[in-house]
Amino acid sequence: MNKKLYVARSPRIAARKLGEETLVMSAQGSTLFTLNPTATILWQVADGITALDEIVERHICSEFDVKLEEAIRDAEALAAELSRHGILVISEKPITSPKSPT
Amino acid sequence: MSLMKEIGERALGLGVPFSVHLDLTYRCNEQCVHCYLDHNDHGEMTTAEIKHLLKEMAEAGVFILTLSGGEIFLRKDFFEILECARDLTFCIRLKTNAVLIREAQAARLRDLGVESIQVSIYSHRPEVHDTITKVPGSFRRSINAIRFLRSQGLKVVIANVLMTENMHDYRGAHALADELGAGFTLDPTVAPMMDGDRSILNLNIHESALHDTYRDESLVGSVEEFCAPPRPADESNMESLPCSAGHTACYVSPYGEFYPCVQFPLSCGNVRQQRFIDIWRNSEQLKEVRSIRLRDLSSCSQCAHGGSCTRCPGLAFMEGNMRGPSTQDCEKSFARTGIPSANLLSKKGKTSPARLVQIQLVPAVTGSRLSGTGSRAIAIAS
Repeated sequence: MNKKLYVARSPRIAARKLGEETLVMSAQGSTLFTLNPTATILWQVADGITALDEIVERHICSEFDVKLEEAIRDAEALAAELSRHGILVISEKPITSPKSPT
Repeated sequence: MSLMKEIGERALGLGVPFSVHLDLTYRCNEQCVHCYLDHNDHGEMTTAEIKHLLKEMAEAGVFILTLSGGEIFLRKDFFEILECARDLTFCIRLKTNAVLIREAQAARLRDLGVESIQVSIYSHRPEVHDTITKVPGSFRRSINAIRFLRSQGLKVVIANVLMTENMHDYRGAHALADELGAGFTLDPTVAPMMDGDRSILNLNIHESALHDTYRDESLVGSVEEFCAPPRPADESNMESLPCSAGHTACYVSPYGEFYPCVQFPLSCGNVRQQRFIDIWRNSEQLKEVRSIRLRDLSSCSQCAHGGSCTRCPGLAFMEGNMRGPSTQDCEKSFARTGIPSANLLSKKGKTSPARLVQIQLVPAVTGSRLSGTGSRAIAIAS
């Protein structure tokens, strides 16, 4: 069985909803991203305490017609990408105080 | 179209105030010869008032928040305000002379995720800079601060205002910025004071110097392109908006006054008496600003520069008519192309009130999209 993953929003991120999307800017490199509605859900509920598979099951599979395993795979890929840009912090343990990316 | 421009258009369509310039104070520890502000404190917003305003701005959808002054670090509650703004996830840009920034402040700014810090530096020569600020030692302190900020990995932009006192120094200042790893902006614009006093406009550089500045490739890129002959307005230009002021951007003073832009002192309301979003949505003054199109400007719509002019409606307002030409921008167009505007032709033989131009060299924000595609529940496309 795969290990649980926990995701938290980086504290050094600027973010704002604009219509159905979310603008996110990382202070690291001043790179601007727009998150689509699905990615926005993941971003909003990334509290560091709820495991990623639970987030997907509760917030994504309930909203979209998608199989759980497929959605978890995609969510892990998205979280990894957001993490590479310093937007999300990923850990195999619950994150109570996300550290700033350096 | 760049992602930032695309987002700006989306914000415009949604009626969102995407970007706000908030001056926290007009007080300053420098006394720059060209400054447009009255530095006395006439009753700044309190910490609680500013925090309340920030919440209202976040709820209204403001994303980019520029904190400026006066000198922002003169507010003893500056970091308290900044922390509140970060908790509300604004993209924060600061404008400062940096005189009060040391290692500890730089580290704190870094920890708070400030996007960029613009520092005013008027020359690479300390004596010239200090003469303009009227504060001996200010150059040394500001440059030291930039080093502290850069050592924290923060993005710094040096802002240089070109005027008679430093007109030969911008290349040196640009080289200094490069040496420090900072960006560089040059603004050959001395704007009128906010109270309408135009006496400081005599600090603007002479037209021949402006002509030469516009032909410096290190500033403008392709001179051929930048100084290309003007284009008269076509149909799409006639319907275009002059700038973001009042459309996706606005300004709030330390006293809560709400303007379309810092350079457009048309009072639209006061956030101490009304909610930010109510002013944004319902101000009659803002509605009037938003209604103006090029076709409504009797002189500019007929001008040879109509399709390529960067007329500032705020400067036109300060000249007496927000639907009129901005002579400063007419002179900018003339310096670029050698062809007088309709306004300048009509004034022929008279003395124009000012020479104001703007060149911005701020690096563009890069953009990517993280978006879903049809076959996957969540996907990424750059």
